[in-house]
Amino acid sequence: MKSHVWRPLFVVIGIVAAILLFRAFYVPDNFGSGEYGFMYSFHNKDNDEVWKQQPLKYRDTGKQKMHEYCGECHGGEVEIRTEDLHGTIPCENCHGPALDHPENPELLAIDRSRDLCLRCHTLLPYTTSERKRIPGIDPKEHNVDEFCVDCHNPHNPRLEDM
Amino acid sequence: MKRRDFMKKTIVVIAGASVPLSALDLIDPKEVLAANPEIHWAFLIDTYKCVGCGFCVKACKTENDIPFEANVSRTWVERYVYTKDDRRYVDSPQAAQYGFTEAKIDLGEHFGFQEIDPDNVGKAFFVPKLCNHCETPPCTQVCPVGATYKTDDGVVLVDRSWCIGCGYCIMACPFGARFFHPTEHVADKCTFCYHRITKGLETACVNACPFSARKMCNIRDINDPVTKIILNERVGVLKDEFGTRPQAFYIGLASEVR
Amino acid sequence: MVEHAMAVHGELWTVKELFVLPNEYIYWSIQIVMYPFMTGLVAGAFVLSSLYHVFGVKQLKEIARFSLVFSFALLPVAMMPLLLHLQQPFRGINVMMTPHFTSAISAFGIVFMTYSFIVASEIWFEYRKHFVLTTQTLAAQTDRSGFDNLRMYFFKVLTLGAMDISNEAIQKDHNAVKKLATLGIPVACFLHGYAGFIFGSVKANALWMTPLMPVIFICSAVVSGIALCILCYVVTMEIRKFMAKRKMSRWAKDTSAPTVEQLQSAETQEIAIASNYLLYFMIAALTLEILDMIFRGYTQVKSWDILREVILERDFNKIFIMQYAIGNVLPFLLMVLPGRTVRRTTIATVLVIFGVFMMRWNVVIGGQAFSLSFSGFMHYHMPFLPTNWETFREGFFGAVTVMATPFVIFWFLNKIVPAFLKEDEAH
Repeated sequence: MKSHVWRPLFVVIGIVAAILLFRAFYVPDNFGSGEYGFMYSFHNKDNDEVWKQQPLKYRDTGKQKMHEYCGECHGGEVEIRTEDLHGTIPCENCHGPALDHPENPELLAIDRSRDLCLRCHTLLPYTTSERKRIPGIDPKEHNVDEFCVDCHNPHNPRLEDM
Repeated sequence: MKRRDFMKKTIVVIAGASVPLSALDLIDPKEVLAANPEIHWAFLIDTYKCVGCGFCVKACKTENDIPFEANVSRTWVERYVYTKDDRRYVDSPQAAQYGFTEAKIDLGEHFGFQEIDPDNVGKAFFVPKLCNHCETPPCTQVCPVGATYKTDDGVVLVDRSWCIGCGYCIMACPFGARFFHPTEHVADKCTFCYHRITKGLETACVNACPFSARKMCNIRDINDPVTKIILNERVGVLKDEFGTRPQAFYIGLASEVR
Repeated sequence: MVEHAMAVHGELWTVKELFVLPNEYIYWSIQIVMYPFMTGLVAGAFVLSSLYHVFGVKQLKEIARFSLVFSFALLPVAMMPLLLHLQQPFRGINVMMTPHFTSAISAFGIVFMTYSFIVASEIWFEYRKHFVLTTQTLAAQTDRSGFDNLRMYFFKVLTLGAMDISNEAIQKDHNAVKKLATLGIPVACFLHGYAGFIFGSVKANALWMTPLMPVIFICSAVVSGIALCILCYVVTMEIRKFMAKRKMSRWAKDTSAPTVEQLQSAETQEIAIASNYLLYFMIAALTLEILDMIFRGYTQVKSWDILREVILERDFNKIFIMQYAIGNVLPFLLMVLPGRTVRRTTIATVLVIFGVFMMRWNVVIGGQAFSLSFSGFMHYHMPFLPTNWETFREGFFGAVTVMATPFVIFWFLNKIVPAFLKEDEAH
């Protein structure tokens, strides 16, 4: 190996060694393959936990459970719910995420806008869709400039019950 | 669990068009599944039940901090309208985060909005979409640094501290489920609300759906009512020609839904 | 194109038409056009230099050394568009730290490094005698300025301590160059072939997905590389002739300097041979591209409806006029019609480079011109004036910066490893 021909190779080996050394410090220890093998699950395994720790915003699931929880303080509203109508809508859809309510936030920001109601109640002429079962209005003609909740009770929208 | 066993089990789950007959002879689905109580998350979407209210998109964006001002979303709802004179219109205005409050169809900046005569509407329906958390996800396959991966319980996640933002995973996804997060500047996608499901809660979108169009289950648990639907009813998946084996199953797909 | 309170990456230059999925944008824009274009030039330049070293095409002797140096100057620029495109450029190193080898991009770090080592070593062997001579000349000078001292030490380091320039030692250098050039050809092809693989293996993209993609990329890479080398060679030779005529620079005043006539004859000869090779590779590249298109049209799979609209209608001018007519057919005619001159060849090479650039554009941007839903289209509007970092790096001026950088590097590199050496110093 006395020939000068090998000198560039030594430089290369030096550079590669430096990179590998740097790599040893740089890469997290938990990097490796999961159950799905190298192709689909090569990653830093600490990251699973990072995602698990993401803060929650919405409350417990299962509509009944949520209604139970809300009913503890807001029994009146929960009571008059109509199971076949708005009773299927989770409270948080209109009242906003309520995980730590009533501590944080103390008051929920209720969305009373027409746009919220129009998500379901814009008249769309789709007879083959489940949408046909929902009463619809033309937002450009039906009491423009008024809030829906001024006339309709969102917790029990049946007009005859009002 | 060995990879081979795993494949077998998955085959059982999506038993249907794409399964070689020989594979079906050998295994009794119930036996295999009962012997493997591990968790493997799957999603079920009933397009017949969806009314396009977009509460799922709203809940998702709120729960996961995807800004409403940003025109990207981890989940979205598409509207399909077929006219009686055989035209097809599809749209998803702002990912339907505010629902569909117009009968007009959004055709993009060039064409604007298309009015459709209500009497001319043939069939019309809504299709919610999200990441399919594929069994063999092309997005994780192409990540050059190992920043996106499938968890042991079958959820595809992105490591925000390791992603270099090359966009290869976005390109590789046949479903358009991925995007660059507007403030984190890394690839982002549906996590099946991993922080919720691992605590026994439903995902934000499932939770918000008033019509039960979206459901979630552990497909290893054969006693789960949703698993039963997936196993017993005729369900389909999006774009199975790509061989990614999606884990989001649909009831009521049409060939135009891609 | 609409200004939003919070613009998503890609939204700025994407216009959607009909039904496009909410998350779809043209995420891979001008820098990803530049990336295969620049790596193509690197690979092509190296292949040209290898024609002399490996296959002993004697007539290419001078342009071979030029191409080698130029290929080295282009190397860092192959990486530049990728870094400019990354959303997290400072994490680019992750590609080498935790390479995920099932991804085509992960090969980049390793292939790129290997290739750099090969080219650098080859240059070292090619120029070792020059390094040694320069060191010795400087050491012999008694009145060295501070700068000269610096130069001397710099060149001394470059020799890596190998000061032997006996015929035997030089012969060893020769052999090493030949071996490295031989090894370099497959690595250069791999470097660019995998760039083609990056696109060709994306099964989600109907336009990209074809096994022909890597081969098409290699052929067009060689085409663009040879064309650029011819072009730069002609330009530098013209400058040299200009200087020789007026005895302008130091070397031109030297009595041993080549005369204008010598330069002229060398230039004509080298160009004639190099442009023949250019023609061969052009034919190969064009054949494959046309084959790919015919195949798509003939088999008419599901994606053909939307691809036909993109290829034959929306991008017709970009593909058939700019890429094929101006970038392929016209230069082809310029080179094969009788009475070929250096000037005509030079014009042809400019058109060829443009054609290859348009090919990259049509692949990268064209592949994102249609929605995954097959029911909508996306239009790309390249940002022109840089109003912020984002519109600079993903816009016209970012591309120009990438395009100009190799010439700046070449200028500096030329001071250390002169692309044109006098006969007695060269091999």
